[in-house]
Amino acid sequence: MATFLGLDYPTWWFLLVGGVFSGYAILDGFDLGAGAWHLFLRKEQSRRIALNAVGPVWDGNEVWLVIGGGTLFAGFPHVYATLLSAMYIPFMLFLAFIIFRAISIEFRSKEKMLWWRTMWDVSYSVSSIMLAVLLGVVLGNVLQGAAIGADKEFAGDWVEFFNPYAFMVGFTTLALFMMHGAIYLIMKTEGRLYTKMTILFKSAMIAFIVLFGITSLYTLLYIPHLSDDFKSNAALFVIPLMAFLSIANIPRLASKGKYQAAFLFSSLTISFLLILVAIELYPVLIFSTIDPAYNITVYNAASSEKSLGIMLLMAMIGIPLVAGYTFFVYKTFYGKVTLDETSY
Amino acid sequence: MDVEILSRIQFAFTISFHYIYPPLSIGIGLIMVIMEGLYLKTGDKVYETMTRFWTKIFALTFGIGVATGIVMEFEFGTNWATYSRYVGDIFGSALAAEGIFAFALESGFLGVLLFGWNRVSSKVHFIATIGVFLGSMFSAVWIVVANSWQQTPAGYHIVGEGIEARAEITDFWAMVFNPSSVDRIMHVWIGAFLAGAFLVLSVHAYYLVKGRYVELSKKAFKIALAVATVFSLSQLATGHSSADGVAENQPAKLAAMEGHFDSLAVADLYLFGWVDKEKQEVTGLGIPGGLSFLVHFDFNEPIKGLNYFPEDERPGQVNAVFQFYHIMVAIGMLLIGLTMFASFQWWRGKLFDNKWLLWAFVFAVILPQIANQAGWFAAEMGRQPWVVYGLLRTSDALSKVVTANQVLFSLIMFSIIYSVLLALFLYLLNKKIKHGPYDEKLIDKRPQQKEMVDVLD
Repeated sequence: MATFLGLDYPTWWFLLVGGVFSGYAILDGFDLGAGAWHLFLRKEQSRRIALNAVGPVWDGNEVWLVIGGGTLFAGFPHVYATLLSAMYIPFMLFLAFIIFRAISIEFRSKEKMLWWRTMWDVSYSVSSIMLAVLLGVVLGNVLQGAAIGADKEFAGDWVEFFNPYAFMVGFTTLALFMMHGAIYLIMKTEGRLYTKMTILFKSAMIAFIVLFGITSLYTLLYIPHLSDDFKSNAALFVIPLMAFLSIANIPRLASKGKYQAAFLFSSLTISFLLILVAIELYPVLIFSTIDPAYNITVYNAASSEKSLGIMLLMAMIGIPLVAGYTFFVYKTFYGKVTLDETSY
Repeated sequence: MDVEILSRIQFAFTISFHYIYPPLSIGIGLIMVIMEGLYLKTGDKVYETMTRFWTKIFALTFGIGVATGIVMEFEFGTNWATYSRYVGDIFGSALAAEGIFAFALESGFLGVLLFGWNRVSSKVHFIATIGVFLGSMFSAVWIVVANSWQQTPAGYHIVGEGIEARAEITDFWAMVFNPSSVDRIMHVWIGAFLAGAFLVLSVHAYYLVKGRYVELSKKAFKIALAVATVFSLSQLATGHSSADGVAENQPAKLAAMEGHFDSLAVADLYLFGWVDKEKQEVTGLGIPGGLSFLVHFDFNEPIKGLNYFPEDERPGQVNAVFQFYHIMVAIGMLLIGLTMFASFQWWRGKLFDNKWLLWAFVFAVILPQIANQAGWFAAEMGRQPWVVYGLLRTSDALSKVVTANQVLFSLIMFSIIYSVLLALFLYLLNKKIKHGPYDEKLIDKRPQQKEMVDVLD
């Protein structure tokens, strides 16, 4: 099997797809989180500022989802096909919320009537919350595994996807994104709104730590296959340790008012948690609850070596470009939000 | 209804709705680049005003395009899982390239285009506008490459047998430049330029008829008319070479487009008509031997008709393919006539003298939209019963685990959401048009406020 820097192509693609989804979670994470807070903000002016804090960037953030979907399809067509067709209804709801969220941002500012704005405020906030929860539900099911048959097709009932563990991961994700989004809004606001967000941030922080603790404990006790890799290789414990230190660093920095550093660490927390997920999964992508022989892995689900090689080259050219102009956009809109005639 | 027909309806519905917006974005993008370029070159504020105005309409079409586009990307996996497994090795790379190289460029610079007027220099802003426009063009390239591969597969081999079979890439560039991709990319691009140009023409014709923003609208109208004229004419050339490609690579589709049944016979070219599939005849007005001439430059050369192909390898809806194709061609001709006539009036210096001509442009906005949709319907229905031409049947491409009820649920969901979306789009578009290019908030009040502060101090 062809390798690149000592790793085979399917493993590179596992890292690449994982990297893109981490990027997505960090970037869309803060704007979904900011959206989830929207109804907590009471004043019209505050809501506008919060909306305009994500205004110029949310679209670019969602691109990472599109690239993630594309790279998953390209790299692991079987995973893409099995996951999306099995979770048909959850993904359809996900798409509906994506649409509602996008149009809420676009349309809210177009009319001044109170009912119009309230309607889009509710739609924006509810869809942001639901998207965060649904992303967690998908992740929770991927971690637990599903009834995958020998033909790589899902053999169960889709209602099973809405189970307690999936929701546990869903709410943890929501709390994490809300904490992350709160820090982003703190960085982008001043005055009373700033103060309000610092208070809201603390409650999200507490909620996340509690939920994360419960979910971790449940995972260790009831989903043993996820901790196998850690038992066999003690060196891997450095990752959960890093995640823990990174989480602990957030309130420390926040209490000193260093919110930019706190934002960096909440981003790092998201990365470490996803690296944790990646280690728990690899080389499996979807566990079969019927027979481990039916597990969908990076090897039996991958595209041909030729295809993976071509796309690896594309990614090596393309991803730095994307990162480059993402950086440019953030630099352009750096600093506190000021409303002008182009604002939402 | 079964899963197959429901999934096909859902795909057709969601893609048709999506396809209202990206062509508008591409077309308006081109016009914005020209307008902003003129502003930078001449320094005339009127070009800046019109660029800003069209940027706002662009934002509207782009936003809905993105939201409905994400649906498309996921629908391959949700509804067409077997297809996704079969073509993932090839189709996936085109889709990934679209995300990495095109969509990211577009969305990345969109923030600067929309919100960066006061934050970056006018040159940097112009670069952002070009970036967004190029991104949308590249998006079209990769999507059309993927679709063209389904029409004329190339650069692949089949691995495995039966349900395990799948296409794997052997030659990336042969896949990208498959026999139909270049023709179809050009045809799609130009179709998009026309959709955008005719929207600009429509809005400014409306202002001129109503006597509003006359100076600005005259200038904007001329820009869009130049674009529309050049591309209406060039669409004839790309259309012809696309049809040549269909004749060579997808003869059954060509036969359906002209309702040509006889196995090997001279084929007619219809201006319009009605196909009776049972009796295997077309009632209508046609040029005898016209299709033979168009393909072979010889009125007597025989062409493969539908009966040449096994019954299960012919498009089922012959009349629909025929009608969609003829609607597209007829509109193409109409657009050439309209834009040529208007350009002639422009040359005579009488462009804005005829109110009825302006009214014609107000309503002509719908024509490129219909032509774009009809063209795609002809292309996709003409490819049936195949989803990948000659390799994979549409009926074999479905998700095995999805039930009819699930698809019915999502189909109803999309029908409701998209109806709301269309109503909102039209309402807001109308509002923006009524509001006009000048924004009262744009008038700079700051010095006045500063004086007030000074007085108060």
